Amino acid sequence: MKSKNQIVLFSFILIAFAIGVMSYKVNVLGFPLFSGETKKIWNIEAKVTFKGKGENAFISMALPSEQNGMVIVNEESSSANYGYTTSIIENVKRGEWAKRKVESDQTLYYSIDVVTDKYFEVKDTAQIQEPDLPEVSRAVIQAAKSLVKDVYDKSADNLSFTSLLIKEFNSKEPSQSVTMIKNNFMKTSLSKRNTLLDLLHSKKINARAIGSLILEDGKKNAILKPMIEVYQNKKWQLFDINKAKIANDETVFIWQRGGESLLDAEGVTKSKVRFSITENVVSARTAALEKDLKNQNALLDFSLFVLPNASQNAFKLLLLVPLGALVVVIMRVIVGLKTSGTFMPILLSMAFMQTQLLPGILMFVLVVSMGLIVRSYLSHLNLLLVARISAVVIVVVAIMAFVAIMAQKLELEYAASITFFPMVILAWTIERMSIVWEEDGPKEVLLQGGGSLIVSILAFFAMTNETFSFITFNFPESLLAVLGLIILLGRYSGYRLSELYRFKSMVD
Amino acid sequence: MFANPFKLKKRGILGMNARNIEYISKYNDRKNYPLVDDKLKTKQIAQKHGIAVPDLIGFIQYQVEINTFEKMIENKNSFVIKPAQGSGGRGILVIVNTDNDEYIKPSGEKVSHSDVRRHISNILSGLYSLGGKNDVAVFESLVDFDEAFEGFSFEGVPDVRIIVYKGYPAMAMMRLSTAESDGKANLHQGAVGVGIDIVTGKAISAVQHDSPATHHPDTGKDLLTLVVPHWETILPLSAKCYDITEMGYLGADIVIDKKRGPLILELNARPGLAIQIANDLGALKRFDEIDKVAGSHKSLKERVQFSKDMFGAK
Repeated sequence: MKSKNQIVLFSFILIAFAIGVMSYKVNVLGFPLFSGETKKIWNIEAKVTFKGKGENAFISMALPSEQNGMVIVNEESSSANYGYTTSIIENVKRGEWAKRKVESDQTLYYSIDVVTDKYFEVKDTAQIQEPDLPEVSRAVIQAAKSLVKDVYDKSADNLSFTSLLIKEFNSKEPSQSVTMIKNNFMKTSLSKRNTLLDLLHSKKINARAIGSLILEDGKKNAILKPMIEVYQNKKWQLFDINKAKIANDETVFIWQRGGESLLDAEGVTKSKVRFSITENVVSARTAALEKDLKNQNALLDFSLFVLPNASQNAFKLLLLVPLGALVVVIMRVIVGLKTSGTFMPILLSMAFMQTQLLPGILMFVLVVSMGLIVRSYLSHLNLLLVARISAVVIVVVAIMAFVAIMAQKLELEYAASITFFPMVILAWTIERMSIVWEEDGPKEVLLQGGGSLIVSILAFFAMTNETFSFITFNFPESLLAVLGLIILLGRYSGYRLSELYRFKSMVD
Repeated sequence: MFANPFKLKKRGILGMNARNIEYISKYNDRKNYPLVDDKLKTKQIAQKHGIAVPDLIGFIQYQVEINTFEKMIENKNSFVIKPAQGSGGRGILVIVNTDNDEYIKPSGEKVSHSDVRRHISNILSGLYSLGGKNDVAVFESLVDFDEAFEGFSFEGVPDVRIIVYKGYPAMAMMRLSTAESDGKANLHQGAVGVGIDIVTGKAISAVQHDSPATHHPDTGKDLLTLVVPHWETILPLSAKCYDITEMGYLGADIVIDKKRGPLILELNARPGLAIQIANDLGALKRFDEIDKVAGSHKSLKERVQFSKDMFGAK
């Protein structure tokens, strides 16, 4: 009794563990539970154009770095004949293109794929350090002195100060001093941002310039939108310079941080950079996979996804076998069906997966019955068992070839897939069936053959079920749950369905 | 179409899963299996302990020896060839007479010399053995069965199957061959099973193909008139098999020879469940009774007496 409890506990631990890992993958890593779910991948392309003037060209552009809530899954730079390197200048990653003697119009492309992930947080601490405050030009400070003092008195902390300040400059009825500053220092949105930064810095508030993109499908020729980040409580808070702070930044992608210029071009003229944004809808699994592999999640680092594609496909099939085994266990332990050979039905159903169900069943019945006829002749030849089974194997091959050729002549396409039948297993099946025929009669042959077919058809349905195959491949840990179930079934000591029929006469 | 499982439970009927988990794997130690699975070994250990068994004529282990079989049976008209590790009655060839170069099966069917050779070859190749491993062909004298069974069996030797649980004879059944079972005494091959009263050795009820029967399908004899002779010696004989094999859940197959009396034909570590239908009784009822007293009876005699006291037909 004690060992029984242990087994029940053990299998429940297995099942709970499998479900736990699965729900972690679904909820945290963003794996979808069903194959139909989709997710967006944003493709952001920066297009750098400039005109050569016969000199050596050196283009340097600020590149985006990791940020909370966004994972860059792919990064690509295509630029024919340009030397491309990346470097880090003042904590900012920059892409650098170089080429000698550049003439005429030139275009460089740099693109990234971005997936949103609300659980993703940047581990890099460099961004959190408090930066040194830059010098602020005196003219602005003089002009805004009273305004800043006014706002400062009304605010509680850095964040409220910033948001009040932004409000002042976007007010419909601005005060005189605001109008004056706007006219003198905020002619473009870029200078507006810089002036705001200057005012923040004058109050010793940590703030930095941001160039961001709003993720919208089909956006073309976009430029970076100037924004501000303010430091408070060891966190940076993003502000739109035309609105108060941005709470939901799921659609804001920060391309550039800090005051460094976005694009530096030497030896060329008319350089500019424009962005285009495309939304790609991919299966949620692909998105999750790209993102999590990129993050080097330990769980995925040791998963099937690190295997080459060919082995992944092989495992897709292998991972279904436990499902077939579960069907066999259920049919034998709970229902009590007789099968010829314990796991022959699984091999049969794997063959059916290749041949389709109906043609598969037809071919199986055909090959086995022709095999039985040949086998009954072979039994007169007085052969040793090994030789006889080998002979049956050859006969099976011949029958398969014959069926394939006949089908070709009759233009039945699927018959070529007959080669997927495991012929050694077929040969053994024929041998066993013929013994059963001799010893127990044809009724038993039908019983066992039919039982095997029923089990393999059920296993076929279990193994070709899209949901099942999606789950077993993407959540291989579900095998542990199957294992737990099989162990539980292995301790089932109740009646089989067939016994309820068999012993019926005893209770009537 | 289906019985209510709770009713089955109430009648104490043992199912296949429960048999495997609660009885076979619990009380039959794996290391003792070869003793019962290998008929040659069973025979040897039985003889060592003075238990009567059918005479061993000889055995063939290698394919090259097959041609020596004629020499082995030179002076015998009748004999039985069986695989030492066969199960469920598979691969047993019974020859009742020899006619020139041909051998005659109980059904009158003649088999040639080369048929017999092929049969031996199949046995050695492991066609009938558990797991298909190489096997030994055992030659035994054919039992000349007791006249008490005249008319109860068709072309075959009837035997008594006794389920011995923890050394106590728990249930008994007579297995009678029919035309359908081809002279074999296995119920799943169509033989008739007759439940036998543990106290008297008299028939209680009968079954063929899992349904109740009253008369032998071939001879027409009333099955309930069957009385097993030598019953007084059969019970201790079966209980003794527990002592030599230490199998807690054991099926002892006993044949009754005209001259030699009860002989142990073979032992079975996985006896089937049909005996419950033949007795119209759930095995669990008796196993539970035995569980209550197991270990308190030291001698074989006491155990047999307990079974007689408890398990008489009402």
